[in-house]
Amino acid sequence: MNAPAQIRTGAPTLDVRGLRTTFHLHAGQLRAVDDVSFSVGRGQIMGLVGESGSGKSITGFSIMRLIDRPGRIDGGEILFHGRDLLQISDRDMRQLRGTKIAMILQDPMMTLNPVLRVETQMIETILAHEKVSRREAWERSRDALGLVGIASPEERLRAYPHQFSGGMRQRVAIAIAMLHRPDLIIADEPTTALDVTIQAQILSEVQQLARNFDTSFVWITHDLSIIAGLADSIAVMYAGKIVESGTIDEVLDQPMHPYTMGLIDSIPSRSEGRRRLKQIPGMTPNMLNLPAGCPFRSRCAHATSVCQHTPRLTAPSPGRTLRCFHPLAEPVS
Amino acid sequence: MTTWLFRRLLQAAMVVLAMTIIVFVGLHVVGDPVTTFAPPEATQADLARIRENLGLDRPFALQYVSFLSDLVRGDLGTSYVYGVPALELVLSRMPATFELAATAMAISIVIGIGLGIYCGLYPEKSVSRAIMAGSIFGFSLPTFWVGIMLIMLFSVELGWLPSGGRGETVTVLGLRWSFLTWDGLAHLLLPAINLALFKMSLLLRLTRAIVRETLPKDYVKFARAKGLPERRVLGVHVLKNIMIPIVTIIGLELGSVVAFAVVTETVFAWPGMGKLIIDSIQILDRPVILAYLIIIVLMFVVLNLIVDILYAVLDPRVRQGMMS
Repeated sequence: MNAPAQIRTGAPTLDVRGLRTTFHLHAGQLRAVDDVSFSVGRGQIMGLVGESGSGKSITGFSIMRLIDRPGRIDGGEILFHGRDLLQISDRDMRQLRGTKIAMILQDPMMTLNPVLRVETQMIETILAHEKVSRREAWERSRDALGLVGIASPEERLRAYPHQFSGGMRQRVAIAIAMLHRPDLIIADEPTTALDVTIQAQILSEVQQLARNFDTSFVWITHDLSIIAGLADSIAVMYAGKIVESGTIDEVLDQPMHPYTMGLIDSIPSRSEGRRRLKQIPGMTPNMLNLPAGCPFRSRCAHATSVCQHTPRLTAPSPGRTLRCFHPLAEPVS
Repeated sequence: MTTWLFRRLLQAAMVVLAMTIIVFVGLHVVGDPVTTFAPPEATQADLARIRENLGLDRPFALQYVSFLSDLVRGDLGTSYVYGVPALELVLSRMPATFELAATAMAISIVIGIGLGIYCGLYPEKSVSRAIMAGSIFGFSLPTFWVGIMLIMLFSVELGWLPSGGRGETVTVLGLRWSFLTWDGLAHLLLPAINLALFKMSLLLRLTRAIVRETLPKDYVKFARAKGLPERRVLGVHVLKNIMIPIVTIIGLELGSVVAFAVVTETVFAWPGMGKLIIDSIQILDRPVILAYLIIIVLMFVVLNLIVDILYAVLDPRVRQGMMS
């Protein structure tokens, strides 16, 4: 039943090219997303990794075209099945949201409206896009809740969000996102606020869903260890730019950007005993006042005078991109 | 639920008790009411007889105890001036005040919340900025002065609207109402606007702040990400949430709008409770003052009760807490 291989190798579900999102603040212009390009194939999961403030969430909201003022997307293309989302009307974009492109947010306590029943919040999602009876919408909502592993969905539909635990709420949010069988889901740190055991359950269910329905994911997170077991490809963001991308195995086994290396090194590992964790020195730069050149250079052990210039995007091998003058050439054990 | 209600009623009784003590002591300190309303030619013997008739010759504590025992039987005493039961007197003036207060509140709710939502949604627009600047005048200019200015402009200069009184009234359900006749409505308009101005500005600024606070919430973003039409996002997701704090404020302000009506009623010679209480305070008509204050306190208690119930209707989390 799975899609044949040639469809997977065809046009990607999502192809972002040179995306630029700027916040026009009183204090100046904040370029939160700067020349970001990546693509996600059908049924693929791409991890978008970075520290807080790196622009990864803004990238996600840009794809949804849900950037609030004073933010504005002012460059690039977001090709969804080959169609540029930045060129279509607001009306068409609204129709795509929820049906073809869905979103899951970080905090399940805040995602669902506290004063509306779960059934209201599910049924409205169906009725906003399809002319079906309330009864049918209700039945589909019930089935969707069952699909994400919520017991006795009929009763739970009557409940309010506060009557669910955090993990259950995130399941409800996932069920809502899956209602129209979207081709793409933007997942903005959906497991960060959950216990590790719940986290693992949700991750395995998401993988299942992605496989069964051929849904593509942009999985935004700061946690490399989640991505390692989940994603097919990875893009590492720093200060609004993607500094390195490639397949998950290539990038994690052989990171080329010193920042990626730093992120991998700061994951605690059991096998290496009680050694002191390596950390990346310094802090993320002030996005309002980015110095010229490589934004990572002040924290980078390999920085030289050439890093005063902005590194261009290079492709060290097919399917891999890098933005660094001093790639870590040697394989890392 | 029943215990909750019982506790609230008990609280109300305590508040009434405390209030009566304060008023009793206060009026006792202020002076002897008999000298203020007795005719100037009355002799010392006349005054003493009046005092005896009213029971004011007895010791202070005894007066209070007899007041309480009357209160329990629902008797709030007889007005020293009008010679009719104080409660009846205050109640007879109540419909006029309620009519004025309700009209003022309706104006401030509709305009205040409406403009507040607009200013919250489009804070950058120059219209919003102008409204916000104007609202500062709304709650910083004193009510009596605005009332006088309204009379100067609309009654004296333009001659569009009458400056005082209730105008022609219609009796419905045994009570007289102004808003059912054109003349009455014309009389009601200016005082209602005068009384509404402060509340309107307050509600406007509050609503704007709450809307601004609610819009960036995740559930609003999620509603948009679901592809809901904007009118559903705002009309259901945002509106239902902002109503919770707004209803609380409206409930509390309903009480204070009745209390504040005193100033407006005086300026516009509106024959309501406020006018009565001012007159009664001037001549120290203790039973009327007490009856008025007891009614105001009870009104606040009832309003708070209604707010709490509405709160539960609006917010499922509160509902759950009240049931358990």
